[in-house]
Amino acid sequence: MSDEKNKFENPDYAKRTVIGPDGKSFVVDPMQDYFLDARPKVYEPVSIPVVEKFLNWARSESLWVLGFGTGCGSIEIPPLMTPRFDAFRFGVQSRATPRQSNVFIISGYLSIKTLKRVVRSYEQMQNPKYVLALGSCTINGGMYFDSYNTINRLDHYIPVDVYVAGCMPRPEALLAGFNKLKSLIREGKAENGNKYVKDFDWYKANQKKIIKDWNMPDYNW
Amino acid sequence: MNTLIDRLAKLFSISDVVHQRPNLAFVTTPMENTIHLITHLRDRESFSLFVMLSCVDWIEDNQFQLTYVLNNPTEKIDVGIRCFINRDSATMESAHYLWKQVATYQRELKEMYGIDFPGSPRVDESFILEGWDNIPPMRRDFDTKKYSEETFFPRERPQSNDPAQYMKSKLYPDE
Amino acid sequence: MEFDFKHLGFTLLGLLIVLNWGLLMSALMQKIGARVARRIGIRLYQPWIDLIKNYAIRSQISHGIMFYLGPVFRFSGGVGIFLFMPLIVGSVMWSNYSFQGDLVLIMYFQFFGMLGMALGAGESGHPNSAIGISRGLAQFTAIEAPLTLAIISLAIQYNTLSIVDIVEAQQGGIQNWSAWTNPFATIAGMLAALGSMGHSPFNLVKAPNEIPIGPPTEYHGTFLGVLRTNAAILHVMEAALFMNLFFGGANNWFEFILKTFLIYFWSVFVGVVFPRFRIEQSVAWFFKIPLIAGVVAIILFM
Repeated sequence: MSDEKNKFENPDYAKRTVIGPDGKSFVVDPMQDYFLDARPKVYEPVSIPVVEKFLNWARSESLWVLGFGTGCGSIEIPPLMTPRFDAFRFGVQSRATPRQSNVFIISGYLSIKTLKRVVRSYEQMQNPKYVLALGSCTINGGMYFDSYNTINRLDHYIPVDVYVAGCMPRPEALLAGFNKLKSLIREGKAENGNKYVKDFDWYKANQKKIIKDWNMPDYNW
Repeated sequence: MNTLIDRLAKLFSISDVVHQRPNLAFVTTPMENTIHLITHLRDRESFSLFVMLSCVDWIEDNQFQLTYVLNNPTEKIDVGIRCFINRDSATMESAHYLWKQVATYQRELKEMYGIDFPGSPRVDESFILEGWDNIPPMRRDFDTKKYSEETFFPRERPQSNDPAQYMKSKLYPDE
Repeated sequence: MEFDFKHLGFTLLGLLIVLNWGLLMSALMQKIGARVARRIGIRLYQPWIDLIKNYAIRSQISHGIMFYLGPVFRFSGGVGIFLFMPLIVGSVMWSNYSFQGDLVLIMYFQFFGMLGMALGAGESGHPNSAIGISRGLAQFTAIEAPLTLAIISLAIQYNTLSIVDIVEAQQGGIQNWSAWTNPFATIAGMLAALGSMGHSPFNLVKAPNEIPIGPPTEYHGTFLGVLRTNAAILHVMEAALFMNLFFGGANNWFEFILKTFLIYFWSVFVGVVFPRFRIEQSVAWFFKIPLIAGVVAIILFM
């Protein structure tokens, strides 16, 4: 049993009612210190079209990528950022924390164990957020279509904005994917952070179907 | 290498010696003997480096084959020790006290093949499959394609045609 | 002195100029880093877009009251330095409120922002934040030692702690600058400047590829926007502080921009050439040559 799992099963951390020194009883839920499990909310766009258009332009020109390499495709990210392809020219920068990122590149196959971390990271990203799925593994499983441990279709677990097909797609294809994502954002069609919230139960059911030891709250902030 | 095999043959019951390369040989030994042989190799023959522990599922013979590969850094030779264990009651003596990393290999084998190593530290914890509830996936009676289709929402594949027949019907529809 | 709306207006205008100049400088810095690495690099207007984007993030997560106050403290630290810093020598309007404060206040504001950030980032509860804070405070304490010695040396030399007086004493030609009259204090101060600007040899505190991302790990959206706004102001103000102390201040905006650029890029050019120090190395580094130079500067003016 890992430590994290122990925390959930340990009776010391269970939700319980305690009588304090002043005689009043109150409810203690120690796991709340680790997680918030409130349901996510829909964040509507600004109702003034001109403002929203301007903000969407700013969002499309400032894409901060979460540095989370899930599969073999993450090897395409270093050439993307270094002199050969230099994605900084297009406003693409990488951040090391999900809080500050907008774009999540799922770079290749996803094992179930990684999917669990991906879901957590995706939910920690702030609205609006975009997902760019790389490689045929995220589309239909690719060469791992019959594996017992890798997912076949990413869009059943988190909403995907742009697919970049290939095995592996080269950085040029990734840049084309970024341009597609930019045009989607400018047109106001990249609202998948809200879509995830609206279809929350469906996504959660799919995730829970394959993540067997679900030792985290339903929504990670 | 040959002298080493001769020396081992005098002390242990080994069979099926395979000389793979001049510096690599495989020997087969009964499972009761295996850990003794490994200990002897480590302590007397200076095979101080544990390379790996792997498993093959011989489902037709109803047994697992375990292969321990050891390396002698001074003479730069490798020896693989094979042993067969019963597939139904898959239990093997643990070698975790010889090298620490053996425990990790044994944990993986427990998860992937369901081979038990009593006494090995953390052997019952999940290794990479978190919360696996089916038969161990590397056993050959586990149908991975069927499992994948039942679990992972396979995408409907487009209708595909045999290229020869298709082009024939396109180009020469009369024939 | 009576409250003067015109003066306030000029101060706010100065803040706007300094903010935009700071953003442009951070873009130039990344551009130079990119050119050194043979890349084209970001577009020059990228910091403004990033700022707009950060303010336009729709959802915010709070970890408590101090989490809110951290960026506010940091921002008030930056603006506080700005308020008490004379921008243009001899100009009443561009001197902000510097006649009401002195060097000690500015030194305090420098640390105030750090401490506020430490409290806020500490409440976010992320381990990387805590590591970043402990590293940052350790390094900043080491930076303060030579910087304070240099400032004390200047105070002894000019017999005042007021920045306005120190700047005015340096007028009348390059030979009157503290850089000539008090070279050891200048050495100590400029080496400390390398650290306080937070570029490469001393950026272990929040280098993304070292600990992701240091103190602001949990900060996002508007919080991060406030922090970045403050960073732009603070960078210019640190350069302006060293300009006023050692390089004779500025007589017009052109001189201000030129001198702050050169002082800021002294740390950038060092940064793109030298690799990163570990934290114990950087602390030890500040206690060697910079500290000795500071002590010598004090002994010379005793």
